[in-house]
Amino acid sequence: MSTTTPSKLQQIIASGQMAVTSEVGPPQSADGKVIDSKAKMIKDYVDAINVTDNQTSVCRMCSLVCCIRIKLLGLEPILQMTTRDRNRIALQSDILGAASFGIHNVLCLTGDHQHFGDHASCANVFDLDSSQLAMTVKMMRDEGRLLGGSKFEVGPQMFIGAAVNPFAGPNVFMRVIRMGKKAAAGVQFVQTQCIYNLDKMKEFMKIAVDRGLTEKVAVLAGITPLKNVGMAKYMQKRVPGMDVPDEVVKRLAGVPKEKQAEEGINLAVEQIEELKSVPGLRGFHVMAIEWEEKVPVIVERTGLYPRPQMGGGG
Amino acid sequence: MIKAKPKPLEEIIDNVKDLNKLLIAGCDGCVTVCEAGGLKEVKVLAAALRLYFTQAGKQVQVDEASLTRQCEKEYLAQLSDRMEGYDAAVSLACGVGAQYLAEMYDHKPVFPGVDTCFLGVNEERGLYSERCQACGRCILAETGGICPITRCSKRMLNGPCGGSDKGKCEINPDIPCGWELIYERLKTLGQLDRFERPVEPKDWTTSRDGGPRKIVREDLRI
Amino acid sequence: MRLQYAPNLRIIEVPCTGKVDILHLLQAFEHGADGVIVAGCKEGDCHYLVGNLHAKTRVKRAKEILDTVGLGAERVAMYNLSSGEGGRFVEIVTEMTNKILELGPSPIRGAMEKGMMIREAEEVTT
Repeated sequence: MSTTTPSKLQQIIASGQMAVTSEVGPPQSADGKVIDSKAKMIKDYVDAINVTDNQTSVCRMCSLVCCIRIKLLGLEPILQMTTRDRNRIALQSDILGAASFGIHNVLCLTGDHQHFGDHASCANVFDLDSSQLAMTVKMMRDEGRLLGGSKFEVGPQMFIGAAVNPFAGPNVFMRVIRMGKKAAAGVQFVQTQCIYNLDKMKEFMKIAVDRGLTEKVAVLAGITPLKNVGMAKYMQKRVPGMDVPDEVVKRLAGVPKEKQAEEGINLAVEQIEELKSVPGLRGFHVMAIEWEEKVPVIVERTGLYPRPQMGGGG
Repeated sequence: MIKAKPKPLEEIIDNVKDLNKLLIAGCDGCVTVCEAGGLKEVKVLAAALRLYFTQAGKQVQVDEASLTRQCEKEYLAQLSDRMEGYDAAVSLACGVGAQYLAEMYDHKPVFPGVDTCFLGVNEERGLYSERCQACGRCILAETGGICPITRCSKRMLNGPCGGSDKGKCEINPDIPCGWELIYERLKTLGQLDRFERPVEPKDWTTSRDGGPRKIVREDLRI
Repeated sequence: MRLQYAPNLRIIEVPCTGKVDILHLLQAFEHGADGVIVAGCKEGDCHYLVGNLHAKTRVKRAKEILDTVGLGAERVAMYNLSSGEGGRFVEIVTEMTNKILELGPSPIRGAMEKGMMIREAEEVTT
């Protein structure tokens, strides 16, 4: 990792320990307490908490505000920013705002197309893409200026992240190349799309290690526990870029309905255990969508609890 | 070329139903090629309108015309001696021609008869697809001749995104992933190294975002 | 075969229904026809391969227009049969005639009879 920031996540990764992050989804209302309670549920089990940004183009309370709430609770937020809804003026503006509250982690995403969400007839922005957003944050942090040229004294000190999807097209090799491009743009850590095809993930990591990329970028493996076989099938068939092998679906189908959730958790735990030993992997991003209460048990069962307490930082 | 499609007949009827003398004006340019607004489509629309008015018990004159182009004053001027005689015109030209017709004959209502959709190609008869967004600063040299601003749903310059699935765009399996196409093309051309360098943010001032655009070619003007 | 069918039918012969343009269909109604039958070869048997398929799309478009302008889609119909099926031809004509009798005369004919002039369109070519 090039530039050091006050980010606790960066510190943990730099110390050589496995990092654990998770995410919370904001409510589709003005009820901020939803975020507070979700964050409190998982706070002792993760090093940093992502807040999603109008995920799948469904309009929700904004990520920035939720990150501020989490910061005010004394926890470590990761600001997810998509380029779908905001142009470079708004993005830089939000970064300055986030930084003013001591938010030190940003995940730069292009974002799901609005087609998927509840406002499909809107205009989209896509002034920048995820790599260009990463470049911009890096410029703000390291050169103390905005894209338009104006300089500032007090700027963001952000640990820059992005998403990678080892399972999307055209092929695994190109997905590694793309991660390399993001690293060249300034990305320091990545969280992967949720993994069910461990072989492909290992292939991805091997290529990344061979290209020396894992020295530059900390890869956190995305793990999502499956609630039931319906969820497995849905993700296999209906979510673009998701790779769910048939064995996974069969495994869940093979247990009675009331046991499927437990089996999903078992599977997630096994995945983490297996991936722990993969060279170059620096941690896990546990995404328990609308199932945040399971994050603690997963972290405990994989021996990742308690989380290391790092001193100092913003 | 510009690709357009005929407007729903109901919408056109709604615009003209209270009028008595109409000119249906087509264009021999792009809308003829995509069979939306050429002389043929003019005649079909005129016949349909005549049937409508007659069965409604109204005596309405519906005349037919097609100009070489409606985006050129020289051709629009050919209608000058006749336009006074009409209550309104329905222009089957693209949005460009319809506006220019309205500009020249600004005291007569001009109603659009087609929906202008995009700049694109004829893949087959009746199957047209978009190829260019007219961003004003062409980058085809860097992307193997395939435009990511048009063919990537997110107009990424550092694609493909994580939703690129088996060569298709996440929003619709009928849409090829623009960046997968670029990847295949750059592979064929031996230029895959282009994927390793991040592309900087685009200057959008030459596209729609910079405001209505103009080209002034001093070399063509005296 | 010397089969009898209703006398209200005027036959226009074409080498293939692919030659039938949508304008022919609309203009038939403009000139007072109460109904139009497009009789083509069975799909797959067209001597010109896809002429009858082109006719099919044109009849469909004509139906949409006739519905929108208030004449009714049922006044035009496409049927597929072989030239050897005299009996089927009579069936078709009878079926269509009965349908048109049910629908009543075309409102265009009504207007013509009231003295409304169906003026020929002036074509302006440049």
